[in-house]
Amino acid sequence: MKILVCMKQVPQKDAPLKLNETAAWIREDVSYEVNEPDAYALEEALRQKEKHGGEVVVITSGPARAQQVLREALAKGADRAIHLEDNAFVGLDAFNTAKAFAAAIKDETFDLVFTGLQSDDYGYAQTGVILAELLGWPHATIIMQIEKNDSGIRVKRELEAGFFQFVDMPLPAVLTIQSGINKLRYATLIGIKQAKNKPLRKVTLAEVQSAIGENLQKIERLYVPQKTKKTEHIEGTPVEIAKKLVDKLRNELRVL
Amino acid sequence: MADTILVVVEQREGKLNRVSWETITAGQAIAAATGWNLEAAVVGGSASIFAAEVATKKMAKVYAVESPKLDPYTPDALAAALQQLLTAKQPKLVLMPHTYQVRDFVPKLATAMGRTVISDCIGFKHENGKLVFTRQMFQGKFAADVSFSSDAPWFATFQNGAFRGDKAEAGASAAPVETVSVDIADGVVRNKPQEVFKEAKQAVDLTQAEIIVSVGRGIKEQKNIEIAKQLADALGGDLAASRPICDNGWLPMDRQIGSSGQTVAPKLYLALGISGAIQHIVGMKGSRAIIAVNKDSEAPIFEIADYAIVGNLFDIVPPLIEEVKKAKAGS
Repeated sequence: MKILVCMKQVPQKDAPLKLNETAAWIREDVSYEVNEPDAYALEEALRQKEKHGGEVVVITSGPARAQQVLREALAKGADRAIHLEDNAFVGLDAFNTAKAFAAAIKDETFDLVFTGLQSDDYGYAQTGVILAELLGWPHATIIMQIEKNDSGIRVKRELEAGFFQFVDMPLPAVLTIQSGINKLRYATLIGIKQAKNKPLRKVTLAEVQSAIGENLQKIERLYVPQKTKKTEHIEGTPVEIAKKLVDKLRNELRVL
Repeated sequence: MADTILVVVEQREGKLNRVSWETITAGQAIAAATGWNLEAAVVGGSASIFAAEVATKKMAKVYAVESPKLDPYTPDALAAALQQLLTAKQPKLVLMPHTYQVRDFVPKLATAMGRTVISDCIGFKHENGKLVFTRQMFQGKFAADVSFSSDAPWFATFQNGAFRGDKAEAGASAAPVETVSVDIADGVVRNKPQEVFKEAKQAVDLTQAEIIVSVGRGIKEQKNIEIAKQLADALGGDLAASRPICDNGWLPMDRQIGSSGQTVAPKLYLALGISGAIQHIVGMKGSRAIIAVNKDSEAPIFEIADYAIVGNLFDIVPPLIEEVKKAKAGS
């Protein structure tokens, strides 16, 4: 099976974020990491390849820094990478991001496209499904298991409140992958070495410009959410904090 | 003619998904702010039955959209049915709850129509005649006001709990119900869904717990879960976790709180090393009191905490266990 994994670089989970001068985006001088569900999507693609053979290709969009995500994926075992390299890609909405990806892979033939189920920055949970529609392929979301069979694949969808459902679907298809579908591997030293010689195709903004248009939605402003709750900060040494908390538990919350 | 807001009500397993009432409340609020009409659509097998129930709420009209191909749910059939309805009725704004099912089909539907979805919104503003939707970004660290720059129909989905379902206003009389049959051609539906099932009977029912001690990534290693357990035991409470802890297998899945786990509302929710991603918060924000311990002072969990302790949980928890034990022994 030939599998494309869409990956995204996002700010590290505990990175302190600040607004930039536009007040519609963050200052980008922070540490980045791979979007967590995308790491599970990559791992699943590598496992499918190990079972059924084929090729794993990883794709991302963003400035030069985003290449790190692809390098790590190559070190873990992906065969080659595609980087839509331009800072302008960061500001695209999900519709245009999917259009740019579709344009970048128009000469390729994949059996499956994986994405993480959503990103930790925008949190749209849309790009994978939009890409499926643009490609004219069926899709399934929030996937916890994938089995290949004679007619295509059987996937396990996670539903809400602890429910699941198996779905049979033909190939090619797009799947959005849930965190926890598998156990992530680490890159090996030899993997890191080999990654240096694996092909990485760069795609410029100009190459896909004709496929994308104006964003269909616009972030007017970004701000720290107004608190709806009054929060009391409890400070002091650990023992002082413990004593104060026990007092709250007993006299205010009445749970002790 | 005034513009129209259309709320698409969700059916699941032959039941009306209760979160749909929240979306109706949202629709009524936007209608009141903009002066637009409000309508609703129920799509699928028992559409006409649920349409009558939805029609008791204050709105102009309810559509019952039917086709034998709509059951069981597939994204292909639902998107095709709604595209036909929307093309015929031309609403300005289409609202849905941000459920797993909606996430599965609404980006497809909007894309098929060349439109966009502002997803997972927590509110709206109507400023100088412009409608903007508020959604969380960067895992809740920021809120964003987002507007549509495309033509109608506009699609927006609302996060579970963003509006109160019990505040949906009843109408003076029942709204008229119009049955719409849609034609879904053979071959449109490509996926073959099997029966919905529950993995194993949930061994732990955290929904009944009065005190929950919950651990997140800040616990660092599996062996450290022991101190959280000791605190839970001292308090007489139950141990729970955020998703990454269960993904790692450090605690079983049935102890997971959040959109993919259990939704709880205990008297006390003590969050240890939980940053407070949206997916976790939807599962516990109804708790009567929330105490959060986290070393990151900007962690979103503090936005909803009643008591905030910025610090290392490994420093805070051991003396807390001792103090709780002392208090219990003295009482």
